[in-house]
Amino acid sequence: MMPDLFPALPEFFLVCAALVLLMVGVFRRGETADVVGVWATLALGMTALLVLAGDGERVTTFGGMFVTDRFAVFMKILVLTAAAMTLVMSLAWMRQERLGRFEFSVLILFAVLGMLMMISANDLMALYLGLELQSLSLYVVAASHRDSSRSTEAGLKYFVLGALASGLLLFGSSFVYGFTGQTGFDRIAEILKGVEGTSLGATVGVVFILAGLAFKVSAVPFHMWTPDVYEGAPTPVTAFFAVAPKMAALALLVRVLTGPFAAMIGQWQQVVVALAVGSMVLGAFAAINQTNIKRLMAYSSIGHVGYVLIGLAVGTATGVRGILVYLALYLAMNLGVFAVILSMRHKGRLAEEITDLSGLSKTHPLVAAALAALMFSMAGIPPLAGFFGKFYVFIAAVEAQMYVLAVIGVLSSVVGAFYYLRIVKIMYFDEPVEVLDPPPGRSITLVLTASSVVVLFFFLYPPPLLLQAEAAAASLFPG
Amino acid sequence: MDVAVVFLPLCGAFLAGFFGRRLGDTGAQLVTCGGVGLAAVLSVFIFAEVALGGGEHTVPLLTWIQSGTLDVAWALKFDTLTAVMLLVVTGVSFMVHVYAIGYMHHDPSIPRFMSYLSLFTFFMLMLVTADNLVQLFFGWEGVGLASYLLIGFWYDRPSANAAAIKAFVVNRVGDFGFALGIFATFVLFDSVHFDTIFKAAAAHAEDHMTVFGMEGHALTIICLLLFIGAMGKSAQLGLHTWLPDAMEGPTPVSALIHAATMVTAGVFMVARMSPLFEHSETALMVVTVVGASTAFFAATIGCVQNDIKRVIAYSTCSQLGYMFFAIGVSAYQAAIFHLMTHAFFKALLFLSAGSVIHAMSGEQDMRRMGGIAGRIRVTYAMMWVGSLALAGIPFFAGYYSKDIILEAAFGAPSGVGRFAFWMGIAAAFMTAFYSWRLLFMTFHGAPRADEKVMAHVHESPAVMLVPLVLLAVGALFSGFIGYETFVGESREAFWGEAIVVQAAHDAIAAAHHVPVWVKLAPLVVGIVGIALAWLFYIRLPVLPGVVASMFNGLHRFLLNKWYFDELYDFLFVRPAFALGRSLWKGGDEAVIDGIGPDGVASASRELARRFGRLQSGYVYHYAFAMIVGVAAFVTWFMLFHLG
Repeated sequence: MMPDLFPALPEFFLVCAALVLLMVGVFRRGETADVVGVWATLALGMTALLVLAGDGERVTTFGGMFVTDRFAVFMKILVLTAAAMTLVMSLAWMRQERLGRFEFSVLILFAVLGMLMMISANDLMALYLGLELQSLSLYVVAASHRDSSRSTEAGLKYFVLGALASGLLLFGSSFVYGFTGQTGFDRIAEILKGVEGTSLGATVGVVFILAGLAFKVSAVPFHMWTPDVYEGAPTPVTAFFAVAPKMAALALLVRVLTGPFAAMIGQWQQVVVALAVGSMVLGAFAAINQTNIKRLMAYSSIGHVGYVLIGLAVGTATGVRGILVYLALYLAMNLGVFAVILSMRHKGRLAEEITDLSGLSKTHPLVAAALAALMFSMAGIPPLAGFFGKFYVFIAAVEAQMYVLAVIGVLSSVVGAFYYLRIVKIMYFDEPVEVLDPPPGRSITLVLTASSVVVLFFFLYPPPLLLQAEAAAASLFPG
Repeated sequence: MDVAVVFLPLCGAFLAGFFGRRLGDTGAQLVTCGGVGLAAVLSVFIFAEVALGGGEHTVPLLTWIQSGTLDVAWALKFDTLTAVMLLVVTGVSFMVHVYAIGYMHHDPSIPRFMSYLSLFTFFMLMLVTADNLVQLFFGWEGVGLASYLLIGFWYDRPSANAAAIKAFVVNRVGDFGFALGIFATFVLFDSVHFDTIFKAAAAHAEDHMTVFGMEGHALTIICLLLFIGAMGKSAQLGLHTWLPDAMEGPTPVSALIHAATMVTAGVFMVARMSPLFEHSETALMVVTVVGASTAFFAATIGCVQNDIKRVIAYSTCSQLGYMFFAIGVSAYQAAIFHLMTHAFFKALLFLSAGSVIHAMSGEQDMRRMGGIAGRIRVTYAMMWVGSLALAGIPFFAGYYSKDIILEAAFGAPSGVGRFAFWMGIAAAFMTAFYSWRLLFMTFHGAPRADEKVMAHVHESPAVMLVPLVLLAVGALFSGFIGYETFVGESREAFWGEAIVVQAAHDAIAAAHHVPVWVKLAPLVVGIVGIALAWLFYIRLPVLPGVVASMFNGLHRFLLNKWYFDELYDFLFVRPAFALGRSLWKGGDEAVIDGIGPDGVASASRELARRFGRLQSGYVYHYAFAMIVGVAAFVTWFMLFHLG
C-alpha cells in the first residue's frame, strides 16, 4: 500500500530542494556559494509555507512512524525561522571571510531536514534516522573551516562524543524494544500504561534514551562538548548550533517523554529535574569566568536549556506551553546576540573576546543599545521578552508545586544576570580599546533590528504567541 | 513690606549662593548686605507700626499641611514680641554683614559666606514671625542648619568640622524634646496654631496626659518638652557643650549666631509660649533653676579660659542663663529686654574681639596678647563700652536690663527666685571679673606676642569699625531708651497680648518695690569684680598663678569646663562609637556582607573556577563524564525506585 505522502510534503520539498541545489552547486560554473545560499534560504521559506499550509490536525503516516500535529507545526516553524535567519547572516559573514562554499548551505538544508523529521518522529526508528541525519550534517558543518585546527578539532570532538551519545540512545531504544516489543510511540504508550509498578528494563531504556537526547540539547552532565564546539566552530555555525538543533532536540525530548513514556513520568521526572538543576546552575556559574563571547554563549545556552527542562519536568500542558514560549523568545534573543557577534571584527580581523566590546556605546551606540536590551532580556529582566519566557516556565513549576525547582531557577538566573550585565557594563563603562568595524551586511543589521524589536516590545502584545503555544501544547495531551 | 522683610535676605542668599561666581565677591556682598539692610530699614517701620502703634496683624501666605485636623499654614505673625526680635535680628545681622566685608576679605569663598549669613537671617526671621509651632520649628531647624554650615565654614579644618557636627548633634537632643513638645501640644489642643492654643490654654489648665506610661499635668509636660528644645538652642546647662566649640566658626558668625540671635531663639520661644508656661508652676521653677545654674556655672568657667572668643562664649552662655531665670520668675519682658541689650553689647564684644584677632594676625590666645591698647584705640574703646555694658555699670545698656532681672528674681513670689537672685549676683561678680581680665590681658601689660605679630598690629578698616561704633551706640543707649517701655509702667500697653503674665506671678511689678540694697548689690559686686581683676592682672600679675596653684583642683575643674565634655564622651560618644563600630565591623561587614553579597560573590567565583577547570578539553574526559552521568542515573533508579 502506498503511504499517504501529503503530511510529509514539506520534508519532501526540502529534500528535493537540497538535492537540486547540490546539483546546481556542483555543475554550475564559477562562484556558486551565494546563489545556492540565496536559493537555500528561499527553500527554507517555502518549506515553512508548506508547513503552515497543513490544517494542523494530528495525522500519522508511514505506518505511524511520522506524525504532524500543532506541536510539530509550531516547532518546525521555529526551526525553519532559526535556520533561515542564521543562513542569511552566514552568507554575509562567509563572503567577508572568503569561506564561501555552496556545500555549507546544502548541508544546512539536510540538517534542517533531519530536524523536521525529529520533530515529526513517532517511532524509535524514525527518531534515530532524523537524529543521525541532522547530526552527520552538523559534524561536517562544525569542521567546515577545514584550514582551522580549532574548527576541525571542534568537528572531531563533536563527532566522537555524538557517536557515543547515539550509542547510548540506540542502547536505550533496544532496551525499550526488548521490554515492550514495539518501536512505535503509540504502541509503546499503550503497553506501558498497562504495566503495574515499574520495570527495570523500561526504566534503564528510558534513562539511556534520555542521556542520548540530553547530549543533543547539551544538558548537564552531557554538555561538555558545547563550549569547545561553540568556540571552535566558525561563528555562523555556532549561531546555527545555538538555536535550530536545540529546538529540534528539545521538541523530540518533549514528544518522547510526554508520548510513549508518559506513563513513566514518576521515573523520568527525577532525571529531568536533575538535568534541569545541573544545567541551570552550571550555566550560571561556569559562564562567570569566560572571556570568549562564543564560549560564554555556550554556557548561556546550557543555562537556558536548564530553564526549558523545568517546563518538561513539570510534564503538563502548562509546562509544555512554557517551553514553547520560552523557545520562541530564546530564538529571537539568540539571533540578535549572534548578529552582533557575527559583526565583531577589528579592521577585518575577527574579534571574539568580550573585552573587544568595551566602549561599544561610544563607537556604535545603536548596536550597543540593542545588545544591552538583549542582555537584559537574557538575564530575564522585565518587561523584556526573556522575562516572560522564564515567567511561564516558573509559573508552570509553581502550579505543579515544584517550588524547589522554581526557586533554584530564580536563584540561578540571578547569578546568570551577573555575566549578562557584565557585558552591558563593559560596553557602557569601559573605554574603547579598538573601534569595531561596521556590521558586514544589511542582512545582519536587519536580523539585529528585528530581534531587538521583538525583545523590547513583546510585552505589549503577547497573545498570538501564547495562544499558538497553548494550542500546540494541548495537541500533545489529548483528552 | 511684611513679606519683604522676611524674604529679602532669602533673595540675597539665593543670588549670592547660586550666582556667586557670576556676581563676584563684591556683587555677592552687595546683594546680601542690600537685602539685609533693606530688611533692617523695613523692620524699623514695622516696629513703629506694630509695637508702638499697636497694629498687631498676621499675613497669611500659603497652606502648608492639611491632614485631618492638622492644619498648618505659612503665615507671618507680627506682634510686639516679633517686632522687637525683627529689629534686633535685622539690625545686628546688617552690622555683621557689613563687618564681614572687612573681616573676610582674605577668604577665597566670600559669596558662600555671605550667602550663608543671609540664609541664616532668613531662617531667623521665619522663626520669629512664625504663627504656629510647625513654622517655628522650620525656622528653628533652618537656623540650626545655617549654624552648622557656618561653624564648619572652614571645612578644611578638622576641628571646625567636629565643632559643626557637635553643634548639630547636641541641638538634635534639644530638638527631639521640642518636636515631642509640638506633638504633645497637638494632642492636647488639636492645633499647633499659636492664637488657638493660647486661647484654649486656660481651659486645659487642669488637664492630664499620659507620657511613657506616666500620667502628669499636661501643660507641665508640654512646657518641659519645649524647654528642652530651648535648652539645646540656647546652650543651657547640660546642652551647652556645643556653644564654646562653635567658636571655630569665623568671628562674625560667633557675633551674629552664637551671641546675638540664634542662641536667643530659645528665650524667644519660651517667651512666645508664655500663655502656656504661666499655667505650670513646675515648668517655671525648672526654667528658673536651670537658667540660674547656667548663669553661675558658665561664669565660673569664663573666669579661667584663655581663648578670647571662648571667654565671650561662656559669657553668652551665662547671660542666656539670666534671660531664662527671668522667664522662670515670669519676667518675660525683662528677659526680652535683656535679650535686646545683650544682642547689642555681646555682638559688639565679639566683633571687637574679631578686630583684635584681625590685628593680631589670627591669634586668639590672650596669653599671647597684651600691650596693644595704644595701637588699636578704637577697638580698645569699643571693648570697654561692651564690657561696661556687660558688667552692668550704670547707664550702660546692661545695667538696666540685668538689674531688672535680678530685682524681679528677688521680688518674685516663688522660692526659687531667691536662689536665682544669689546665683545671679555671684555671676554678676564673676562677669565683671572675667570681662576686665579679658580687657587687661588683651590690651595691657607687656606685649607677649612675637615681634613679627606685634609689628603687624594695625587698626581695622572703616568697614569693620563703623558697625562697631553703631553697635556701641546700641550698647550705650538701648537700655536707657527701652527701660520705660519694656519693663516700666507702660509695659502692658507696649506688649499687648504678645506676652501673658498672670497677675499673681507679676515679678516685674514686685521688682520695682525691692529694698535698696538689692538694687545696689549688682553694681557693688560688679565694681568689686573689676577691682579684683585690676589687682590680679595689673597690680600684682603673679597673683593669678599663686591662686591657681593654691586651688589647683578647683582651677583644673574650671579649666576643664566642669568635665562636661569628658563626661558626655564617656557616657554617650564612646558607647555610640563602640556600638556603631561593632555593628559596622561585626554586623554589617562580617555577617551581612561576609555571608551575604561578598560571601555569595566569592563563592560564585570559586564555583566558576572549579567549573572552568572541569572543562579540560580532552574528549575522553567528556565521554567519561557522560558515562558517569548515565551510570549515576541508572544506579539511582535501581537503588531507590525498584523493589
